[in-house]
Amino acid sequence: MNKLNDKVAIITGSARGIGFSIAEKLATNGATSVIIDLDQQAVDLAVQKIDDQGFRAIGFAANVTDQEQITSIFKEIYEEFDAVDILINNAGITKDGLIMKMKEDDWDSVINVNLKGTFICTQKICRFMMKKRSGVILNIASVIGLMGNAGQANYAASKGGIIAFTKSSAKEFASRNIRVNAIAPGFIQTEMTENLSQEVVDNYTAAIPLSRMGSADDVANLCLFLVSDDASYITGQTIQVDGGLIM
Amino acid sequence: MDIKSKVTEIIVEELGVEESEVILDASFIEDLGADSLDTVELIMKFEEEFDIDINDEEAEKLTTVGKAIEYLEKKLK
Repeated sequence: MNKLNDKVAIITGSARGIGFSIAEKLATNGATSVIIDLDQQAVDLAVQKIDDQGFRAIGFAANVTDQEQITSIFKEIYEEFDAVDILINNAGITKDGLIMKMKEDDWDSVINVNLKGTFICTQKICRFMMKKRSGVILNIASVIGLMGNAGQANYAASKGGIIAFTKSSAKEFASRNIRVNAIAPGFIQTEMTENLSQEVVDNYTAAIPLSRMGSADDVANLCLFLVSDDASYITGQTIQVDGGLIM
Repeated sequence: MDIKSKVTEIIVEELGVEESEVILDASFIEDLGADSLDTVELIMKFEEEFDIDINDEEAEKLTTVGKAIEYLEKKLK
């Protein structure tokens, strides 16, 4: 059963990690996944991986903070497929540090990629979706945006900002049948968390009622639901995939 | 195609109204049923079709069909 037959889904920051799992999940459910990430080689490899499984993907190397690049890529996709049904704003970075020692650059770059990048991609895609009177936007936030975290003030602010931005865009676009939701993943096993020491992992998992880290697939499963018509009455929400970490 | 016909065509397409309703005095919001998003879309469509930039201040004044045509005719002269 293909929930997303003939849909075109753009996923930013999707050459690896959670983004790639989402791109893979949507493609295996019938969508054409458009992989956008910084590095051309990584993009090509990700596209190849999906292609090898017999599903559809195309890729572009781009930076979500580059308005011109994003505008021209979205236009190219729209012209080729005559639709852009789904946008997943997933691209994100961390530059951790205590507030007292945080450099302005570390603040700016995290807010720029995570929050402003989400704004730019949403602004550039909404025109096409409004024209079609349909579309789904999904923003990948984080539980850190809900609960805060010492040493991640910039990241927390960007993710909290994404949640508020999700609500505003859901209200602005609702009359055009465009739904906007956010997912707030908790501690998810990715390349990023692989390097953590066992002690740190143990500390994290002790706080999680389900007593384990989540997988990228856990996030991708919720993604698939939220972008599909099964979720057609859900908009403006932030849904956690966190093993019960915060309730 | 002259500006007036082009503008009328764009309005008919964007707002889904009958050509007969698109008279000079018609207000986009009050008479042609546009909401605030429609008016933004309309301005963007004018910009695209006529290859011009309309700043926000000017855009706010274009509340009727007549005002839009008059503005575009002046701008494109």
